[in-house]
Parts: sequence; structure tokens; C-alpha cells
Amino acid sequence: MTENILEIRDLVKHYPVTRGVVFKKTIGQVKAVDGVSFELKAGETLGLVGESGCGKSTLARVLMNLEKPTAGSVVYKGQDISRLTGAALRRLRRQIQLVMQDPYTSLNPRMTVGDLIGEPFEIHPEVAPKGSRQGKVKELLDLVGLNPEHINRYPHQFSGGQRQRIGIARALALRPEIIVCDEPVSALDVSIQAQVMNLLEKLQNEFGLSYVFIAHDLSVVRHLSDRVAVMYLGKIVEIGTEDEIYERPTHPYTQALLSAVPVPDPTLRSSKAIIRLTGDVPSPISPPSGCRFRTRCWKAQDVCAEQVPALEIRDGSDHPSACHFAEKREIVATHEA
Amino acid sequence: MSDPTSASIVSTPPSHQPTQAGSTAPADAGLPENARRDKPRGLLGDAWRDLRRKPLFWISATLILVFVLMAAFPWLFTSKDAVNGALANSRVEPSGDAWFGYDVQGRDVFARVIYGARASILVAVVAVLGTLIFGGTVGIIAGYRGGWVDALLSRIADVFFGLPFVLGAIVILTTFNGSGTSNSEWEIMGLVIISLMVLSWPVSMRLMRSSVLATKEADYIVAARAMGASTSRIIIKHLLPNCLAPLLVYGTIMVGSFIGAEATLSFLGVGLKSPVVSWGIMISEAQNYIRVSPFLLFFPAGFLVTAVLSFVMLGETVREALDPKLR
Amino acid sequence: MEFRTRDGVAKVINGVTYHVDAGETLAVLGESGSGKSVTAQTVMGILDTPPGFVTGGQVRFHGKDMLTMSDEERRRIRGEGIAMIFQDALSALNPVFTVGFQIAEQFRVRRGMGRAEAKKRAIEMLDQVKIPNAKSRFSQYPHQFSGGMRQRAMIAMSLALDPEVLIADEPTTALDVTVQAQIMDLLAELQRERQMGLILITHDLGVVADVADRIAVMYAGRIVEEADVYELYAKPAHPYTIGLLESIPRLDEKGQELRTIKGLPPNLMNIPPGCPFNPRCPMAQPVCREKIPPLLQVAPGRASACHFAEELVSRD
Repeated sequence: MTENILEIRDLVKHYPVTRGVVFKKTIGQVKAVDGVSFELKAGETLGLVGESGCGKSTLARVLMNLEKPTAGSVVYKGQDISRLTGAALRRLRRQIQLVMQDPYTSLNPRMTVGDLIGEPFEIHPEVAPKGSRQGKVKELLDLVGLNPEHINRYPHQFSGGQRQRIGIARALALRPEIIVCDEPVSALDVSIQAQVMNLLEKLQNEFGLSYVFIAHDLSVVRHLSDRVAVMYLGKIVEIGTEDEIYERPTHPYTQALLSAVPVPDPTLRSSKAIIRLTGDVPSPISPPSGCRFRTRCWKAQDVCAEQVPALEIRDGSDHPSACHFAEKREIVATHEA
Repeated sequence: MSDPTSASIVSTPPSHQPTQAGSTAPADAGLPENARRDKPRGLLGDAWRDLRRKPLFWISATLILVFVLMAAFPWLFTSKDAVNGALANSRVEPSGDAWFGYDVQGRDVFARVIYGARASILVAVVAVLGTLIFGGTVGIIAGYRGGWVDALLSRIADVFFGLPFVLGAIVILTTFNGSGTSNSEWEIMGLVIISLMVLSWPVSMRLMRSSVLATKEADYIVAARAMGASTSRIIIKHLLPNCLAPLLVYGTIMVGSFIGAEATLSFLGVGLKSPVVSWGIMISEAQNYIRVSPFLLFFPAGFLVTAVLSFVMLGETVREALDPKLR
Repeated sequence: MEFRTRDGVAKVINGVTYHVDAGETLAVLGESGSGKSVTAQTVMGILDTPPGFVTGGQVRFHGKDMLTMSDEERRRIRGEGIAMIFQDALSALNPVFTVGFQIAEQFRVRRGMGRAEAKKRAIEMLDQVKIPNAKSRFSQYPHQFSGGMRQRAMIAMSLALDPEVLIADEPTTALDVTVQAQIMDLLAELQRERQMGLILITHDLGVVADVADRIAVMYAGRIVEEADVYELYAKPAHPYTIGLLESIPRLDEKGQELRTIKGLPPNLMNIPPGCPFNPRCPMAQPVCREKIPPLLQVAPGRASACHFAEELVSRD
């Protein structure tokens, strides 16, 4: 049993909705993340999927300590890091790094590649003495598949995929243990996406990194993840190993989500049954009572409106699922290629 | 593959990517670089490349250089005395001996125009620097801190912004530099500079604040915070270089308008006073003789207009060069 | 009906030829910068000039060339003959008018209907695209609609005048998967009912596999392969198509290292000589750097622009 490197316990993040300029009145709470618990094991990739507005990006910001949680804790090696400040927080930042979605906006356009990748060393000078930094930056460039001679170029001289590599090199500079990847490939073209995903995998094997991999693309998540958590409206509805989620999903939302993903194989057209969800995701300001998915669920009963289903292993499921009526259902036929 | 949120990025190239970026990007990430090697260029480098091709830039820059030389080393341009004259030469018309003629008190107008550049340009440049530094700093604080700090600073700026410029300057200067006071040349200059600053800082503060607000949510700022960068580092390394461009442009244009403002105040009698030489003072003195000796007004006014125009034109060309959308 | 478009300057599209029949779905597949959207905009005549200049070619609608006809004629075809829906429905709808008004306006302007009748027809349209409570939705503004609803409203608007061809430019890329499935279903259903020709422009190989009849794959402004959807996925006849199919992670396959297409798409200002794909192609030969391979028929109903297409098709 590998150790848990990160444990998230009952994490809650609410944003107040206010009205008025001088006399601010709170008229509601956006419940972006509402009671999320999971753990990350050393060396594994945890995929976090969900549609837009489900709170996965807010979760990333809280994990990165960019926002303070409303309640709950983020425990890294036995220490609650969500309350850290000052020097302790700075030391911690060396261990958890972030790769962002948009390679066009996540790099400061006024800095050269060398400055960008070298910045972590300047912020944490204890990691590398001044003289060795240029060499380290070149090493990093080489590692992510860029030409080390381009150290003096500016971001706008690179393409999207190359910029994402620069972002990855920057995240890697301090040799962190955990990298939070917030949609790292969704802004890239198909042929470039594969290159970056392979790079992420290669780096994980080389440095034993743990990834929290956030994406809306279920195929990408399956490709990279060991375990997967499915989020809906600020809550995890189902969590399990990649096999458990993709082959034996028990939560209706997961099932619908999986069935809706188009598979690039026209011969499967007729054999595929898409579960059609009606309507849209409700507002996170006033989520439905009980189970949050009940307004779009075909299995909804009275109990779903009254009781919040716990994320636990039930009779019909071999992994935690937050549905009163969790039940296996075959969605994707896996063929070993 | 389905890519809901990223869609707009997938199919439309982002507008802020300069069109020539593609041509300088290497053809391949893994393969060795092709023979052509580009000199690294930043955005300012691009702007400079753009500027170099504009005749308007060269004209205005040359004129400004001449004016700055005049201000720094007036004796290079004339050997005459700008302060003392012979009354016998009163209002003598321009000739080969005195190119611009003599004024009422028999002083050489050419020498006075040359020496006048110093006060005009010094006042304008110092006031602009002060305005940019003070307004910019307040703007950064307001924009970066946000919340009640921002609200308070913005309201204060609004108050100053609401004062009409000429009225405000007259009030300040008549209070501290009225007809009865005997301030030295430098004290008066300082007062003029301060009144210009006090009445113009809100504009640069607002400029800075709005670009800080737009920039501080940028992903690269978030990335820097995630790396553990301190607030001062974020402001100096990330915010400032990306927010400075509009302020620089505004500053260049402002030098021009401050030269004019200084002349206005001197003309109204609340700014610099004789024996200090400035274009405004000369214009003010010339107004009584405008019918009989129009050249007395013409020369300082011509220099004033040229100087103001040069700075405004320079500001315009710099703005165009820095704005990638106009490329 | 046949489209022949050609665009110069930055050589955005170069000698692209495709056609769509009534009731057929043609998917134009390509990555960003491949020219797939520009081709569609040329067809619609909505390309900004400058910078876009059509330097040659024809767009034939029922045999008539749209590029040479008068503006008046062209305007009539737009909407009634060919309509288009866009990726970003929020910016394609005018924010200051109600959704219903924008649909009803078309009936009033183009069909000369009265206010009441136009409203009735607009509500019918909203019903047809399965917007619940069409009556009350009629008087709402675009920002009050969710992303999926907005896309539906835009479909209603573009179908109001019964076009024979609908061009859908990345209609679902901005939407979540569950909503994407709803919209694709709706499009397919409406197409069946109306026997429209549908040109689906997308980069998503999954969506294409689900709905398309025929596929044209674009690369660097050229069509590199055109084929029936089943044949294309079963046996692609161009190395680029092969690379694309291999490089996407699939929901029904477990993680293994993805094959990738090395390198980057070319800059359109500076397309490599010969076959534009040659620097990235695993099977490139000297001839590929010299001669541009023409788009030739390699089997009945399918064409490929590769010097070695025959080999690719015949190998197992």
C-alpha cells in the first residue's frame, strides 16, 4: 500500500454573492466546491472530470493554496497546508506545482524562456545556486523536448504546444512531488495534444510525480489516470480506479457522461446507446435538495430529494458512488488494442 | 475528442499572437533547429523595429533632441545675453545681426527663445515624471489591493480630477506664489511642477489602475503566485512590465501638453516670472505689442507649438508601435 | 452542387474542392489553421475583404457560381439556400434583441409576414429545436439562455427559411459532452426531416464518426483525403489521417503511449515545397519534397493526395 501524499477532507469553498457597493449585503453563496474528500497516493495520477461549472477548477485553486477553503482541510504528509502562511507556505510551494490550461496567457509575454523557467529558482534561491541556474534551465528545456538554445526567445515565438512544454518545464523546475494539471491539453490541437500527454507520462515515470489531472475530456483522463473522480455541482459523485469508473460505472451521471462521449469509430454507431440527459446543470447558488443530480436523473425517487446520498460503497457497486440506487451498467466496451 | 471549454482556442488563433510569431517559431519541437536563427526580440524590440520605419518618429525625435540640447547647453546655440539688453535696441526688427530681433527691453529674442527652452522643458519633464511615478504608484496600489483601498483612492482621485485645471492651478499658485511673494526661480519652478502634478495625477492613476486590474487576473500572475512569488516580485517582474506601455505613451504626450500648460500659467502671471526666461513669459510680454511688433509673439509661440507637437507626435507613433492591434 | 474555392495571400486554402448532396452529411475535418472555417466563410461570402481575397475558383449552388453572381442574388441564397451556424452562439446572436424577435425578423423581412404570424412561426421554430416553453422563451434575451439553449436558438434561426444546405462550423466544441450529444442528435434529426445537405466543420474525430456520411480531411489549406466515413476510419489512405487517428486517446481503450505526429503544422505563409505534410510524414520520400501530390481517386468514392496512396489502400 503506497502512502497517501495528499488527503483532502470535506473541502468546502463558497463564494459570497453580494449586492451593493458601500453596504455589501450577502444575498447568496456560490457553492463551487461543497464537501469534497479524496486522497492522492504517491506516484499516481488522479483524474478529476466534470462538466464546466462543476467546481473542478476551483478545487485546483484551493489545492494550490491560491484560495483559502471555506471549510475542510488539505493534508500534505500529515500537515494541513490550507492554513499555512508566510515562509512555511513558500517552502510548501516547492512541493506542489501547477500547469495551466491556456499556454497563451500563462506565460508572461515580457519574459524570455530562460527567465520564465528560471523564475522558480529566483523565488526559491535555496534550490539552486546562482551560477548553476542557466545550466538547469537548459536541462529542463531539453527534458521537455525544446531546443536549449532557444533560452533567449520570447513566448510569442513559440507555438501553443511548445508553450505548454515551457509551462511544464517551469512546473518541473523545483522538482515537486505533486503537479496539479488544470486542463493542460484541452487548448491544443489533436496531434499536439498527444505529444504533450506522452511528455507528461514520461516525466511521471522519470521523476515519480503524482498528478492531479483535471479535465473535461473523459478520453484524455482515462488515458492518463490511475484513479478517477467524477464531479457534479461541487461534489464528487463517484470515485474509483480507471477500470471501475469506465467499465463498471454505477452513478447515473457517470453513465450518462460516458455514453455521450463520441468514440472515433463509425462502426460502433449503431451499437452505442447514448443516455440522453435533459435540461442543463442547475445553478450552484441554489443546488437541488438531496441528490444534486436528481433534477436530470431518470432514476430519481422521492428519497433523492430528501436525503443527500453519501459517497460510499453500496450493494450494486464495488467502489464509492453517491447514488441511492447505484447499479452497474455497461457503457463502454473496452477492446484491448 | 470533445473539447467544450477550449473550443474557441482550438479553432481560432488568439488575437494577441502577433502574426509574425509563426514565422519565427521553429518548425519542430524535437527536431534540430533550422539554419535561420532569429535574434531574440521582446515586445519592445518589435516596437523599436516598427518605429524605425516611421518618418514621423524620426522627425519628432530629432526635434525633441534639438530642444533637449537647447535646454541643457543653451550656449551652444547662442553667445548673446538672454537677460540683459540695451534699451536702444527696443523692438528692433529681425535682421542678420539679431535673427529674431530685439524685445521691448532690447534683449535678443533668439537668445531668449533658446534660454527659455530650459525652463519650459525642465518644468514639463519633471512634472510628467512626478505625475507618472505618483499616479502610477497609487494606481498599482489601488488596482492590486482592490476592495476598500481601491474605493478610497479612486474617490480621492475623482475629487482631484473634478478640479478644472486652469482654475486649480491659479488657486494653488496665487496662494503660494502671489504678487507679494518673493520666491526664488527654483522655488517657483517647484511650485509650478507641484501644481501640475497635483492636478494631473488622477489620469495616470486611472490608466495604471485599469491596466493592473486587467492584468492581475492573467494566468501568468496566478502561475507566479502558485510558485510562491512575493507581492513585490509579482508587481515588479510581472505587473509593471505589462502595464507600463499605456503609461509611457500617455507620458510622452503629456510632456507636450505640460509645456503648453506652463506657458499658460506664465502668461496668466501666476507661473514663472521675470527674470526667469521661459516661452510663456515671452508670450505674455509680447501680447501688448502684438500689433506693432508681431515677431515678438511669433518666435516664442512658434517654438512652443513645435515643441508641443513634437512630443505629441512622438507619443502617437510610440502608441501605434506598442499597440499590436494596429500593426 | 459543387464548391470550388481558392484563396491566396497567406494561401489559407489552396485548390479545395468538395461537394455535398441533399440529405448528406459531409464532415470537413482539420486542425486549427487548416483552412476548414475559411472555406466555409468563402462559401457564405462572409469573409472579410481585406484581408481575405478569393483569387480563383467557383462555388456552385445548383449549378450557378455564387462568386460571380450579384450581391442581391447572393443575399437571397444566404438563408434560403445556404445557412450557417457558428461555434460561439453568444456572439452570433445580437444581445440587445430578444431571441424570438431575431427569428421572427427573418420571416418578416424575407417572407413579408405580419407581426403576429411571424411570431407564431418563430415559436414553432423554437418548438422544433426542442426548446421547452417556447412561448415564454420567445421574449427572452440571449444571455438568459444557457449554452446549449443558445445553440438551439441559433439552429432555429438558421433553419427558419428552410435552407437546402446548412454549414455548421464547430457547432458543439463550446459545449459540454452531455449537451453536445443533445445538439448533435437534434442536428441529425432536423437534417433527416428536411433532407438538407449538412456540412459539418470540426476537429473532433469522435463527433465525425458519429454523424458524418463522407469526410474531407484538410491539412494546410488542402484536402488531403476524402472518403466515406466507414472506409476512412477502417483504412485511411493518407499518412496525416493515419497519424490523427492514432494520436487520439480513446474512451474505450486503456492508457498506453499514444502515437504522435511529430512536429507542428506548417505556417501558412511558408508552406514547405512539395507535399505540405512531408516534414512530419513518417513515410516521406525525396519525391514528396519535390512534387505536390494531386488529390486523386484511389478507389471508387475515395481520393487521397499522397504519392503512396495506392500502397496505403492495398496494404492490410
